[in-house]
Amino acid sequence: MNQYFERRYIIGGIFITLILILLGRLFYIQIIDDRYALSASKNVIRQYIQYPARGPILDRNGKILVTNELVYDVFVTPKEIKSFDTLEFCKLLGIDRTEFNKRLAKAIKYSPNLQSPFEKQLSPQLYASFQERLSEFPGFRVGPHPIRNYPDSVAAQFLGYIGEVNDNVIAKSGGYYRLGDYIGISGVEKAYETVLRGQRGVKNMMVDSKGVQKGSYANGEYDTLAVAGEKLTSSLDIRLQKLGEKLMKNKVGSIVAIEPSSGEILAFVSSPGYDPNLLVVGHNRSTNYNRLNDNPYKPFLVRPIQANYPPGSSFKPLSALIAMQEGMITPQTTYYCPGYYTAGNRRIACFHGERHGLVTLSSAVAESCNGYFDMVFEKLINRNGPKQTDTTFTLWRNNVAKFGLGGRLGLDLPSEGTGLLPKASRYDKMYHRGGWRSSTVISLGIGQGELSATPLQLANIEATIANHGFYYKPHLIKSIGNREIIKKEYTIKNYVGIDPQYFEPVIDGMQAVVDHGTAAGSKIPGIIMCGKTGTAQNSHGEDHSVFVAFAPRENPKIAIAVVVENAGQGSSWAAPIASFIVEKYLRDSITRRPSGIDPERYMNANLLPDMSRYISQQKRRAQLDSIKKARVDSLKKAAAIQSAAYKNKKPAVSNYLSAIKRKDDE
Amino acid sequence: MSNQQRSFFFNVDWLTVIMYLVLCSIGVLCIHSAVYDPKNPSLVDLDTNYGKQFVFVLIGVVMGVFILLLESRFLSALAPAMYVVTTLLLIVVLVIGRNVGGNQAWISLPGGFRLQPSEFAKFATCLLLARYLSGTNVKITELKSFAVAAAIILLPMVLILLQPDAGSTLVFSSLLFVLYREGLSPYFLILEGLFIALFVITIKVGNLPVIIGSIIILTVAIVLIFRRNRKLVLTMAAGASILIAFVLSVQFLYTKVLKPHQKVRIDIVLGITKDPRGKGYNVNQSKIAIGSGKLWGKGYMHGTQTKYSFVPEQSTDFIFCTVGEEFGFAGSVAVLSLYLLLVLRIIYIAERQRSPFSRIYAYGVASIIFFHVVINIGMTIGIVPSIGIPLPLISYGGSSLLSFTVMLFILIKLDSNRMGMIYA
Repeated sequence: MNQYFERRYIIGGIFITLILILLGRLFYIQIIDDRYALSASKNVIRQYIQYPARGPILDRNGKILVTNELVYDVFVTPKEIKSFDTLEFCKLLGIDRTEFNKRLAKAIKYSPNLQSPFEKQLSPQLYASFQERLSEFPGFRVGPHPIRNYPDSVAAQFLGYIGEVNDNVIAKSGGYYRLGDYIGISGVEKAYETVLRGQRGVKNMMVDSKGVQKGSYANGEYDTLAVAGEKLTSSLDIRLQKLGEKLMKNKVGSIVAIEPSSGEILAFVSSPGYDPNLLVVGHNRSTNYNRLNDNPYKPFLVRPIQANYPPGSSFKPLSALIAMQEGMITPQTTYYCPGYYTAGNRRIACFHGERHGLVTLSSAVAESCNGYFDMVFEKLINRNGPKQTDTTFTLWRNNVAKFGLGGRLGLDLPSEGTGLLPKASRYDKMYHRGGWRSSTVISLGIGQGELSATPLQLANIEATIANHGFYYKPHLIKSIGNREIIKKEYTIKNYVGIDPQYFEPVIDGMQAVVDHGTAAGSKIPGIIMCGKTGTAQNSHGEDHSVFVAFAPRENPKIAIAVVVENAGQGSSWAAPIASFIVEKYLRDSITRRPSGIDPERYMNANLLPDMSRYISQQKRRAQLDSIKKARVDSLKKAAAIQSAAYKNKKPAVSNYLSAIKRKDDE
Repeated sequence: MSNQQRSFFFNVDWLTVIMYLVLCSIGVLCIHSAVYDPKNPSLVDLDTNYGKQFVFVLIGVVMGVFILLLESRFLSALAPAMYVVTTLLLIVVLVIGRNVGGNQAWISLPGGFRLQPSEFAKFATCLLLARYLSGTNVKITELKSFAVAAAIILLPMVLILLQPDAGSTLVFSSLLFVLYREGLSPYFLILEGLFIALFVITIKVGNLPVIIGSIIILTVAIVLIFRRNRKLVLTMAAGASILIAFVLSVQFLYTKVLKPHQKVRIDIVLGITKDPRGKGYNVNQSKIAIGSGKLWGKGYMHGTQTKYSFVPEQSTDFIFCTVGEEFGFAGSVAVLSLYLLLVLRIIYIAERQRSPFSRIYAYGVASIIFFHVVINIGMTIGIVPSIGIPLPLISYGGSSLLSFTVMLFILIKLDSNRMGMIYA
């Protein structure tokens, strides 16, 4: 002990003070500040998304249209590689040494500790032989991943395809989709995305500072399981779909078949189609996609709902029905056909100038007499005198619209088209208000002019006629999952405002069309089919062949619309194809026809329009247009002198006359 | 002497021995948790760090018993020799040493072990300092004595700084407490504190505001007390010029003398640099580990930060992360209290010595242990720049553990003989 004895207290005091400072700091970071605990969790817990299997899509009888198939990818973890026979490995995968080194370098660059893909989608044989020898290649692993698989390669446009989400979708999804996720891009895959995609699961894994997994977090307490997407049962009948696609091979057009008693779509053929397996995520997807996208026949166009055709004569039954409902004609109303119809100062010829003589409603339908229906149309439009043309026209238009023309039917597929059903205002603009009469728009009465419909709309009209006045909303998906989910909107009868008794005379006529009329060649022995041929005017080339029908007459099971582009008359291509589909559906086989036609001939025929001619034609048209424009410009001065009324009327009338002359209606 | 022989085990300070054993056990357990590999779960495996540490503890206990059996007189007599040997080793290590982590601080021994002479230099310096200051004519207040004492301390510091191990070098500065206890003017302690404060403030706010501020304060002080004490005014004026010179030199010291990594470490502690992924990664992860322990910790062997190697150097310099993360604030308080208890106990032991040699040595031990604890833990929680010094008895490392063991057991031995006088 010495004089500085007290200093021990000062030293002890300093020691205690400093320790208290440390404890204070510890208290702050351990008890008060929560950031560190959060950072620790963020460090160690990684959420791994468990991807569910996408739901399969079946046909109405449970046959698989699309399902998932497992393919195998090779992964590599560079750190785990030990010396192995590189040569043998390369030989097995069919790559060379430089490619091997390149891929390995890429994997190392990504992370030496984490696995990254080395080779994608092994073929099943390669997978088998690779799996067998996997132990020879430490550091390599094979993992499965599901891809879409289409066992029958049918209904491509109906099913649609999936692809990686783009930034736009990611931004809009509110955090659901992440980079690299797949989403339905078209068709059912898009329309039913939320059902098909299932529910993703999350696995909380603990990782070390290098990102290597070290086991599950909290024994998986916070994990969620992935729930597989639900299976969809479509209304399609794969037999009809396959037959339809075969019949439409090398043709441009559509087949839509509807079950009238439910609105379920039985066949949905859009031709030319493509093999949906081409767009499966994998090696050649982008090349396949580009090739299809550049194809001049536009296989990505969903023709049953996106292509518009003038309905032509297939529209006539509808005209007759509206006229009867409006009391303008009765089934007994007759007309004497001299081979043409005179509207105002114009003559509209019957098909090939044929003289039908005295026709009744039924025979007019059966023989497709233009004169009769022009007469009906004029009666309808002129019932209140020519001055009331636009109001009566609007009445007529509304009646037509009830059948679903000019609007979307609300099919459960994206991008449905509306077709075209002009409003009175359109003609007010084309001519001037009060400047048009029934004779101006007379071609509407026989399904031409500014009228066009999608094949789906045409088929739906047939379903409505088959039902004597109502239709069920056409749809493609019957049930979701194992539950038969019938949406309420699919059970509602949509009445078109025509009383049932008016249908019989029209249906008589339609039966006659097939029995001994324009489609007699397509008569199915033992089945009463009621139909109507149509030849849709096509200013770009050969006319489109159209046929609409339903069968059998009593208790109809199928309503159908067939359009074959550039194939000429409805009776020659569309009607036989429709008859094969109808018979296949009703009988599951195709019998010999008295007319001698057989499906083989139709399957093998190539009616694809010559695209080189089409393209040069397009070019010439563009040229002509520009020349015409130039001439119009030079005549501007002269034209300015003429009165507005004269100027508006003359070109329109001459256009119409030339249009009608070119039209080869039946 | 016969009396002393008989009561040998009664005179041993068992409390210190128990605290020593508890700290060593905590060390082995924490190292075990930090390096535990579930794929290879054996308790003692000489290939793992905790296995090795366990062996070091056993060796330490044997050495402790051996030291207790030595004569106290012998220890005092041996002090110069020990100092010379460690000084030689410090020179040798500069020539043939192994460079680990940038410091040439290790001498390889057969059997895969490595010796760190700077660890042993600590107690050798304590011993020699105690021996010199306990000399009859030595008074620390005299310039000559102070110069010799300072030389004893500075020689190993310079040699260690050449390795260059800044952390271990700074440890020796804690011996200022010993000199203070033996009569050094308290101004040295105050000045040291003042300089540290000035250094920090200067780096934080720049030198101009500090100079202006201190001139204003000093002017006010001079005006207020001018008439009363002329000598004090002169002293203060001299102090002021030293202060300004110091402030001006800080910038030079900071940018030119300090190595870039040392400068960055200071910047991180002062919050000037924020780089939690790069330079500040270690300290940031260490803070996350300790902070995430909350009150009771995640449980033994359940620390995710330490277990999954987010914290670097987790069994050596950052071993306290395991305590903080797995045992929480409760564990931190327990360990810090244990250390405080130990150093206060050593001060208590020091003051009951009849021999100045024992007392001075005891203060040296307390100062060195305390300095290690404060700097090491302060570093793991980000209030002290990271300088790599171990946590006494807990951090993994044979040299460190054995050096602290020898240091403590020499003290216990001296204390067991406290009634006797040891002269040089």
